[in-house]
Amino acid sequence: MTVAVNPTQAGEPVFYLADEHPHPEGYSTSLGFWIYLMSDCLIFAILFATFGVLGGNYAAGPAPKDLFELPLVAVNTSMLLLSSITYGFAMLTMQQNKTAQTQMWLAITGLFGAAFIGIELSEFAHMIHEGATPQRSAFLSAFFTLVGTHGLHVSCGLIWLVTLMVQVWKFGLIEANRRRLMCLSMFWHFLDVVWIGVFTFVYLLGVLR
Amino acid sequence: MSPDLLKLIFGRLTIESLPLHEPIVVGTFAVVATGGLVMLAGLTYFRLWGYLWSEWFTSVDHKRIGIMYMILGIVMLLRGFADALMMRLQQALAFGGSEGYLNSHHYDQVFTAHGVIMIFFVAMPLVTGLMNFVVPLQIGARDVSFPFLNNFSFWMTVGGAVLVMASLFIGEFARTGWLAYPPLSNIGYSPDVGVDYYIWGLQVAGVGTTLSGINLICTIVKLRCPGMTMMRMPVFTWTALCTNVLIVASFPVLTVVLALLSLDRYVGTNFFTNDFGGSPMMYVNLIWIWGHPEVYILVLPAFGIFSEVTSTFSGKRLFGYTSMVYATVVITILSYLVWLHHFFTMGSGASVNSFFGITTMIISIPTGAKMFNWLFTMYRGRIRFELPMMWTIAFMLTFVLGGMTGVLLAVPPADFVLHNSLFLIAHFHNVIIGGVVFGAFAGIGYWFPKAFGFKLDPFWGKLSFWFWVTGFYLAFMPLYVLGLMGVTRRLRVFDDPSLQIWFIVAGIGAFLVFLGILSMLMQFAVSFLRREQLKDVTGDPWDARTLEWATSSPPPAYNFAFTPVVHDNDAWWDMKKRGYQRPLTGFKPIHMPSSTGTGIILAGFATAMGFGLIWYIWWLAAASFIAMLAVGIGHTFNYHRDFDIPADDVIRAEDARTKLLAGAK
Repeated sequence: MTVAVNPTQAGEPVFYLADEHPHPEGYSTSLGFWIYLMSDCLIFAILFATFGVLGGNYAAGPAPKDLFELPLVAVNTSMLLLSSITYGFAMLTMQQNKTAQTQMWLAITGLFGAAFIGIELSEFAHMIHEGATPQRSAFLSAFFTLVGTHGLHVSCGLIWLVTLMVQVWKFGLIEANRRRLMCLSMFWHFLDVVWIGVFTFVYLLGVLR
Repeated sequence: MSPDLLKLIFGRLTIESLPLHEPIVVGTFAVVATGGLVMLAGLTYFRLWGYLWSEWFTSVDHKRIGIMYMILGIVMLLRGFADALMMRLQQALAFGGSEGYLNSHHYDQVFTAHGVIMIFFVAMPLVTGLMNFVVPLQIGARDVSFPFLNNFSFWMTVGGAVLVMASLFIGEFARTGWLAYPPLSNIGYSPDVGVDYYIWGLQVAGVGTTLSGINLICTIVKLRCPGMTMMRMPVFTWTALCTNVLIVASFPVLTVVLALLSLDRYVGTNFFTNDFGGSPMMYVNLIWIWGHPEVYILVLPAFGIFSEVTSTFSGKRLFGYTSMVYATVVITILSYLVWLHHFFTMGSGASVNSFFGITTMIISIPTGAKMFNWLFTMYRGRIRFELPMMWTIAFMLTFVLGGMTGVLLAVPPADFVLHNSLFLIAHFHNVIIGGVVFGAFAGIGYWFPKAFGFKLDPFWGKLSFWFWVTGFYLAFMPLYVLGLMGVTRRLRVFDDPSLQIWFIVAGIGAFLVFLGILSMLMQFAVSFLRREQLKDVTGDPWDARTLEWATSSPPPAYNFAFTPVVHDNDAWWDMKKRGYQRPLTGFKPIHMPSSTGTGIILAGFATAMGFGLIWYIWWLAAASFIAMLAVGIGHTFNYHRDFDIPADDVIRAEDARTKLLAGAK
């Protein structure tokens, strides 16, 4: 930072800035959002740990092998991964100041996200229909909570996405909106990373177990 | 009306839910209600509502929010301490076939509420309040990183406190102990609303705590003034940084564990049940993974306060600044590696217990280093025995004692004997009162003139000090003895008459602490009345060393007319020594955040949602949730959240200070 010296003080130590510029708006936002994400990451860490401890307690009920349909989960995973790519495109077009394209990629991201939630809900409904309810065993309690919390996050992300699309539509790609899109981008990719964990530890290792 | 309709509207809230059959609660309600009505009438009569709303409730000024946190903490201290007095009285009376005066239903709520309130709604607000008030001033900033979030965090903490207080008069509180271990806290054994009050009170407040942690970390990392490198930050700011890192890295664990408990209670999942594969010990592990860092969340800022106070009142630079910082960081890390010492008796085996026993003992090393740093700071200093310094010395003596009994408890075989005994109770009160409470009082005495522009009256302060310190020793030393004799915690009646004398002594101690609290309230009142005599015109009443004392008392809304530039540790001391001249001209408009009512509205809906969930009033919970979402999203459509304080206003404020300073000379 350049230090503007008060003229009357030239030669003496500078104890204050005579001339300064306030921190730009959103100066702390990306750090703050990172820290928030890490605290959210801890929430998932505890849910993973709970699943790790209780995930083998079937209580004579259904086990992962009886429940998980990997092809369906693979489709679902690809929905989320594709939505991350399309969000990336949205950010690229945002940097080129192309509002219409940004909106289009955001909408596509939202559709992929909604598809992910839809498939997940149908999977849940199917399991519950078969009697594999969250109440059936500690394994299922931990499963529904971990996967459901992720789904809840994606749903919040969708609400946020729609809000931001409205704001971009009303106010354009102004600085504040760019910052918000950046935050949502981090949130979205973060959920993708968490899902990789869910896919690996819950579904793949579950079927192997 | 049909019972179904009533159930739809009021959930499980019925007229029988009001504790009209408990004369003590009804009496308390009468007193609280009368007091509350008088206060509301007074506010209306003096037309203070508008002032309170626009200048305080909606304020995003970190100083005002800090003060509001302190008021919350002190008000809740009265409630939490009333619980303590009730317990002491019950235990002193219930001998020789006497049942005392509290039935078990009520007594169990009292000890649970005491713990919950003292930790979450007394210690946390006091610590958060001091950090909020002091940190931005110490680092030469004009506010925190996210001022609106700060206001919202405060009101969420209030929301949690409101829910816990509501349980006193509507329904009941948990009867599980302050950490609500399952299976006792699960729906089978606690089917009533008590545990739900506990869960939602803490969840609502927990959101506020986590967000305020994120906020203060960002503030300290991003908003330090030029020249203030990390290793030039005042120690209080360092401890605040570490505490907020701990908050962000531990409160989410509490959030999850309480969410899982609520799933068990509301949905019927099997996380912590005894059957279907659930594991109650999973809860105990998780809650202490939050709970142990929580202890350090409370005590680290207290260490910071003692560091500032010791150095100021010894007139010396803090001895071993660097080692103090590293000790703080080491404690921060170690605090995550000791949680299992809270349940050595779980049966995890010798190796696991040894590991956690040893890590626990290791924490005493950095803590000991701090103790020596304070001692060496005092060594050959010109010590002024003002009140904050007196609290500091009382802390040093008391905390060393509590720390040593802690090391004793860290030895697993000893812990098998002392687990859940009154020895443990004495130990943690010894460190929490001796550390956190004395620290908060030292901090209040030290920064009060900064916040309000006049010092606290020393006579009533000293009275309060001596009542507190002697009261503390009388109240808790007998508990060490009783614990060694094998008396366990949370007992309501006793058979062995030879124990009674110890409980009577402890009761007398608690009464002395009560006098200490009354003297402290008296101190506030007397100081307010004598505010002209006690006035601080210099802004630096203690001849102190850090940047907050460079401002006027109380500081203007913008804190610093010009952003300070720092060249050394103890920046203000350095400025005074090198003949710093306060700038008198060249003021410019200052960019500041605007007030907003969104925080209090959102927190109000969150509290209503909690109430709906507690009483199964589903429409209320759903409506409040949707309202929260709508208000929250609506707030993001407001892009103009700040304004400029005109240069004229800055000039007026600074000229007023110039006059004041000239008058002081």
